[in-house]
Order: sequence, then C-alpha cells, then structure tokens
Amino acid sequence: MRDHPLIQLTLARMREFYREPEAIFWVFGFPIVMAFALGIAFRNRGPEELRVGVLRSGEGEAIARLLDQSPQLSAAEMDPEEGRQALRSGRIALLVSPGSPLVYRFDPSREESRLARLEVDETIQRSRGRADAATVEEQRVTEPGSRYIDFLIPGLLGMNLMGSGLWGIGFSVVQARTKKLLKRFMATPMKRSHYLSSFILSRLFFLCVEVAALIGFGWWIFGVGVHGSIVTLALVTILGSLSFAGIGMLVASRARTIEAVSGLMNLVMLPMWILSGTFFSYARFPEAMQPFVKALPLTALNDALRAVMIDGASLGALRVPCAIVAGWGLASFVVALRIFRWR
Amino acid sequence: MSPLAAERPAAIRCSGLVKHYGEVKAVNGVDLLIQKGECFGLLGPNGAGKTTTIEILEGLTLPDAGEVEILGMRWGSGHTRSDHALRERLGIQLQETQLADKLTVEETVRLFRSFYRAAHTVEEVLGLVQLEEKRKAWVGKLSGGQKQRLAVACALVSRPELLFLDEPTTGLDPQSRRQLWDVVGRFRAQGGTVLLTTHYMEEAERLCDRVAIMDHGKVIALDSTPRLIASLGAEHVVEFALADGAGAALDAAQLGGLPGVRAVRPAADRTALVVAEVHRAVPALLALLERQGAQLSMLTTHHATLEDVFVSLTGRQLRDA
Repeated sequence: MRDHPLIQLTLARMREFYREPEAIFWVFGFPIVMAFALGIAFRNRGPEELRVGVLRSGEGEAIARLLDQSPQLSAAEMDPEEGRQALRSGRIALLVSPGSPLVYRFDPSREESRLARLEVDETIQRSRGRADAATVEEQRVTEPGSRYIDFLIPGLLGMNLMGSGLWGIGFSVVQARTKKLLKRFMATPMKRSHYLSSFILSRLFFLCVEVAALIGFGWWIFGVGVHGSIVTLALVTILGSLSFAGIGMLVASRARTIEAVSGLMNLVMLPMWILSGTFFSYARFPEAMQPFVKALPLTALNDALRAVMIDGASLGALRVPCAIVAGWGLASFVVALRIFRWR
Repeated sequence: MSPLAAERPAAIRCSGLVKHYGEVKAVNGVDLLIQKGECFGLLGPNGAGKTTTIEILEGLTLPDAGEVEILGMRWGSGHTRSDHALRERLGIQLQETQLADKLTVEETVRLFRSFYRAAHTVEEVLGLVQLEEKRKAWVGKLSGGQKQRLAVACALVSRPELLFLDEPTTGLDPQSRRQLWDVVGRFRAQGGTVLLTTHYMEEAERLCDRVAIMDHGKVIALDSTPRLIASLGAEHVVEFALADGAGAALDAAQLGGLPGVRAVRPAADRTALVVAEVHRAVPALLALLERQGAQLSMLTTHHATLEDVFVSLTGRQLRDA
C-alpha cells in the first residue's frame, strides 16, 4: 500500500509545525494572551467617580464635602500649587476655586473634564436651590455585543488568520528553498500541485484549532458569543485562511532568504495591522482613505467576521467583503504560481 | 566500444555541455558517455564544474548549449509527464540538501517514498544504508555520516537504475566514508549505474571504473584509474624537501637524469619525482644530495595516485587547487 504524496507532504508540514514550540505560541498562545490583556484593560467598568479638587479657603471645605457626597464625584481640598499640579498631570479632572463668582478651572478638550464640569455645576447649583424644570426617568441598558471585547475578538481572529497564513506558508517555503529541500523535491517525480496543496491542507487543519481556541477563550472568559450561524463563521474563516495562504505563497514565491521574506511579510502585514480595524474602528481614518482601507483583505475579513459574530449576518449579506477576500487570495495565488522559484 | 554496447542505450550520454553564470564558464564543453552498470566518477577541485555538470544531467539545471540523454530519454521543461517518468528511474542526492530537522528518519524516507510508483519499503531502504536503529530519531539529531546515509537512502528509495551522488562523503570522517562506500558497492552489486562527483582521489580510485578529471569546466582526462595512473609513465612518486628550502641548489635537469626518473615537479615547499623504479632512484638521489652537501628534511615515496595525475596535468594540487 503506497502512501499518497499529498498526505505525506501534509503530515510532514504539520509535524514540522507542531514540533516547533515557538510556532505554537505565536499562532495559538499569542492571540489569547492579547485578547486577555486587552479585554482586561478595556473592560467596561461601571461609571467611575471623577476626581475634582477644591482650593483650600473658608468656603472650600463645605464645597468639597458637598461634591464628595455626589456618587459621581470624589473631591479633595488642595493648595493652589498642589491643585495646579494635579490638574496638569490629570490626577483631577477639574479644580474649583470658591468665591463669587465660583471659578471652574479645567481643560475642555478632556472628555472627563467636561463631564466633571457638568456634574460639579449641577451639584452646586442644586444645593443652592435650583429646581428641575422637567421630570425625567433613567433607563440604563448594556447592549450585548457593544463591549470592546466583542469588537476585539473577531478582529484578533482576522489578524491571526492573516499572521498564520503568511508566516506559516512564507516561512516554510523559503526555508525549504534556502535548505535546498525544494530543489531536492524537484529531483523527484513529486507533483508541484501536491507540494502547494499540502500547505493549504495543513493550514485548514490548524485553522480549526486556532479558531476554536480563540473563540472558545473569548466565550469562556468574556462571554463573547457568536450571534450568527457557526457554519457561516466557519465558511468565512476558511475563506480568509485560504486567501491569506495565497498571499503568503505570493510573498514567498521568489525570496531566497529568511530575512528577505520576513521583510516582505512585515511590509504586507504592517499596514493592515494598523488600518484594517483590528484594535479600533477604521472609521477613525479620514474619509479620503476609506476606499483604500476597505479594499484591504484584512479589513474585509474583519468586517465579515464582526458581521457574523456580532450582528448575526447571513452569508448572503456578506457578499461584498467575501468577494474582496476571495479576490485577493485568488489573484495572489495565480501570480505566485507563475513566478514561483522552485529551486 | 563493442557493437553490442552501441545497440542498447547508454546510461548517460551528453555532448557539448556549456553553462555560464555571468562571466564564469562553469561548464565549458563537456562530453560524456557512461554505460549501464558502470560507476563513473567526476573528480576535480572545488569550482571545477562537477556540480553544475551533474545537475544538468539530473535535469535540474538547464544548459546554455549541449545535448543530454539519460537512459535513452531527454529532459523536457523539468516537470512534464515524460520528465516525471524519467525521474521515477533515477535516484538523486544533492550536495547541499538539508533534510527537515524535525522529522524522524522513518518519516523522511516515507515522504520521499510516496513520490515514486515502485519503491523500496522503509525497512528495506533503511537496511541498505544501515540506519535501522535510527529509525525513530529526528534528522536534526543524526551525525554527519548518518545524515548523508539518509540522503542516499532517499535517493535509493525509488529503486533507481541510475544513482547520482554529488560529493557524498565531503566532510565525513574515514569510518563514515567507508560506510557510504559500502552502500554504493551494494547498489552496484545489484547492477545499478552510478555517477558520482568527488574531490577525494581515494574515493574515485576505490569506487569508480572510470574517472573524468575536471578542471575549469572541462574534462582534462578520462579513463580507468589504472590507465590514468599509467599515463604518468611510471608508478611511483618520490617527494623530498631540503632543510634550506625548496632545493633551489638542485637543477631539474640533474634530477631528471637520475636513473628511473620520468618527470620532475618542483613545488614551493617540496620536489616530486615520478619514478619507475624506487630502488634505483632513491639511492641515486641520496648520493646526489650528499655530493652537493644538501640536508634532507623530508623524504617519502608512494604509489602514484590520481592526485599525481591531476598535479601532472594542471601543475596544482587537487586539494588546494
């Protein structure tokens, strides 16, 4: 019974990968560490107390006590020098200097300072007898899917698909080339398509593990759910993974050294890390850049992943981003095949 | 060549091979005819064009000019159907291949085995190169000699008719070298044809029926080892050096006139004499030195080797050429 070359090549690919502990960390561990760290740092906290200062004076102590009673504020008496220092360094959001008129000293470009201005003024005015003109009632809601971590996990997933596609393929291909292993394979009747397909197959296998690890982690620690269908999510990740495999193949198609391919990969990935809305929304970039940003494969993939995971979009609604992702992958793969250096 | 030999296709036939790399003429007009069952050696210093020649024959490098016929077939673009059919019949070991460190010996052989239709089992081929006990070891943990035998195992796994070995023992210790020679010997005993390159004359003498000596991209001599050595006109070499230097006081004509001396080769640190009869030449040499009052610092004699053939053809030593 003869082993099929495609199976043997794929097995070799996978063995070389899982016997390399560093690779395991970068592909599986790193995104999880990142999700954990960012999830903790940007977790949604209850409305926090704003810290304000009150200049020490006859009236100051009373005002400080009054402000401190407000659930939104924490106030302390300060000397003029201390107060200025605290304001400048951001330890307090606003400095009240008592007297007539009362002076609020704050930086209006700081959001929390503007908030503090409203809270402080409200509290003082009420205590001096201002009445509300209208009766209001508050309804507080926390929409699932609107937290930062809900935004982050699909982005990390997209970034990870990009990273492992490019590194996984680019690195092994160029390594095989520098070690003359590629040339040695060319000296056998091995089919070139088997060689290239083995990369795709082993990518697809590890993809399942990667996606399951990150999504499972997000769900377990942060309760990030998948609102769309799992099948749609699987199809989108497979498409993304194949596309970046194609791009990885293109990046590795000519390079003769590991240094050269590393440089090329960073050149490809760096703009997308920044522009493609992994960590923050790409809507922050100027209008003029939007068409370019939206045409990037990682942007399209992130959009599609978020649409499935957060909004529960169906595959039909994802035609445009999926077409962009597929287009990049296909074009890269075709070009890579034409210019691939086999020895 | 006998008429019978002409009828069946040669293992390797090539003519007028030329390959330039920029200004460098790596191969500059090489013709070879190697019969089935033969072990043929390409001997020469580094940079003589051995590797380029063998890689052209293997269909891995495209020559700028020249014809190649391997087992009666010609190379196409390198990956056509007929190229694959030809590759099924070849076993190739390349000079610089580093097999994947993180695969085991068995996994590596199975991988290469999967590319061929008719192949040895893993057990068979590991037996051929005597690596059975390393079966489960990672390639990265093998010694240099074991790695090289594994490379040959990957070449033998296809049950090749023709085996190409490019400097199979370079950098190996003497014991590993002999183990590899045994592998080649067993392959030949089964009727296989071998083309190998080496810069070890001992290896060529030991393994090869015929040797082509290459220098600067050309074949400068081609024959069986005994006949190449016989072309020196004598079978022994006497080398000596004088305490005061290279023997400047001695005149080549004087040395050449000594009984039994066929040729004189002065070098920077020693002088070599090609002699037919050591027992006559050495006493005469000693007497000459005594008359001139010269102090001998070294005197050796050995049977002439391919090294001496190379030196007499090029004026350079093989190992430092």
